[in-house]
Amino acid sequence: MKTSFILSASESIRDAILDHESELESLDRAIGDGDHYINMKRGANAIVEIRAELESLTPDAALNKIGMKLLSTIGGASGPLLASFFMSMGKILKENADDSAPSYAAAFVAGVEAIQQRGKAGLGEKTMLDVLIPVAQQFSTLATSNTNIKDICTALMHTAEQGMLSTKALIATKGRAAGLGERAIGHIDPGAKSCQLMIEAVCKQLLLIQN
Amino acid sequence: MKKFINKIDDVLVESLSGFAGAHHDLVKLSLDPNFLTRQQKAVKKVAIISGGGSGHEPLHAGYIGYGMLDAACPGHVFTSPTPDQMLAAAEEVHADKGILFIVKNYAGDVMNFEMAAEMLPFESATVLTSDDCAVINSTYTTGRRGVAGTVIVEKCVGSLAETGATLQACKALGDKVNGLTASMGIALTSCTVPAAGRPTFDIEDNEIEMGVGIHGEPGRKREVMREADAIVQQVVSAILDALKPSPNSEALLLINGFGATPLMELYIIYNTAAKLFNHHGINITRSLVGNYTTALDMAGASITLCLLDDEIKQHWDSPVHTAALRWGV
Repeated sequence: MKTSFILSASESIRDAILDHESELESLDRAIGDGDHYINMKRGANAIVEIRAELESLTPDAALNKIGMKLLSTIGGASGPLLASFFMSMGKILKENADDSAPSYAAAFVAGVEAIQQRGKAGLGEKTMLDVLIPVAQQFSTLATSNTNIKDICTALMHTAEQGMLSTKALIATKGRAAGLGERAIGHIDPGAKSCQLMIEAVCKQLLLIQN
Repeated sequence: MKKFINKIDDVLVESLSGFAGAHHDLVKLSLDPNFLTRQQKAVKKVAIISGGGSGHEPLHAGYIGYGMLDAACPGHVFTSPTPDQMLAAAEEVHADKGILFIVKNYAGDVMNFEMAAEMLPFESATVLTSDDCAVINSTYTTGRRGVAGTVIVEKCVGSLAETGATLQACKALGDKVNGLTASMGIALTSCTVPAAGRPTFDIEDNEIEMGVGIHGEPGRKREVMREADAIVQQVVSAILDALKPSPNSEALLLINGFGATPLMELYIIYNTAAKLFNHHGINITRSLVGNYTTALDMAGASITLCLLDDEIKQHWDSPVHTAALRWGV
């Protein structure tokens, strides 16, 4: 993975967030406080704006810088959680710099673990982790079994979608929706939705450069 | 949306600049990262820093000054501030006795302050406020939210810090006051976040949201609008259930407006609540009525009861000089 890929993926993520304004907003209005889209947009734009600064960095340093930037830009719960993800991913890549799918999977797994620790949350709590944990597990399995990138991407996009949809039936035990009790049932978690969008954006970007 | 704003993106900085200008004798504003400190830096005391999303004014910047906070970090509207703000504020107000963060128990605030504390080069401790007894199911591990009771914690801890007390003592008092405080809110209307441009939640003319949070996040139950006494009765019961005060307790009663409810109605709430608490053997010897922890333009109010002992009474009564609370000076 090159830094240029991180840059183009960041732009795809920004576009995906902007394209889903009304959906993200209405999901958060239903079970949160309606600011998730605004915060995600602010973060995504901030990363695209520091493009010139990121360009000169190695991939691990660029991911760390993205984490720091998100930490000081997004706020809320999403800020520290996404920051922890990118900073941990950068740290693992720095320690293990070989350009292989298993390394990226290990970095992704470490990022998801960092989110779990920071948010003190796990699977089934109606959060972004309902997307990230299954995706991390599958990424790890596929990357270590010599699956080609195209198949990995297709599988991860599907798993992310399933994870996102699974939050609909759940009661929230973490985050602002936790106060809602059973009223949260029937609504997709906005954080799960934005994570699914980000994973889809990166996978589509990867598929694009494979072709 | 009908609001006194210019550009959506300028709401926060223009409001902060206006606040700092209006209270230039008390506070100083730093931008990028955004934080406010006392005009005159205090020495040899624990530095008390609070912060949270904006839209709850006068919380927290309105409580900067002698006897309360040393600094406040305002986030975007209803969004936690970020660690760089807390680090910059701590650097500025640190006075050799450590930093105490007072943080409302919301996931975002907790995580951002936690990351700041990890990066901080000074000794620090955190008091998490969790006075909102509307969140009933304790298996929801996010736990009770920090709402208007936070003002009482900030007042008492701020008072103790002025005496040169240690970081541990300040934290202990904060935790104690928090444990003796319970609040619950009722929304009559939604609020409108400027950047969203429309109400955060839909509510019918004849409906109220019992147990609403200070961001308009839903609470216990959607109910039908009734007369004030019936609503207050229900909230008072919930508070009594949460605190289980012994008869002959002494207490502070705070009636807090959410931003769009007239003082006239807040006093109607006070009138009923004080009578009901009295009826349960609770002697209301201190009171505060007004807009102290708001939710933008939400119509509604919260009721907070804080059980008093001699120590808490002493620190509540002690002199304070801030934009929003001032007595004894």
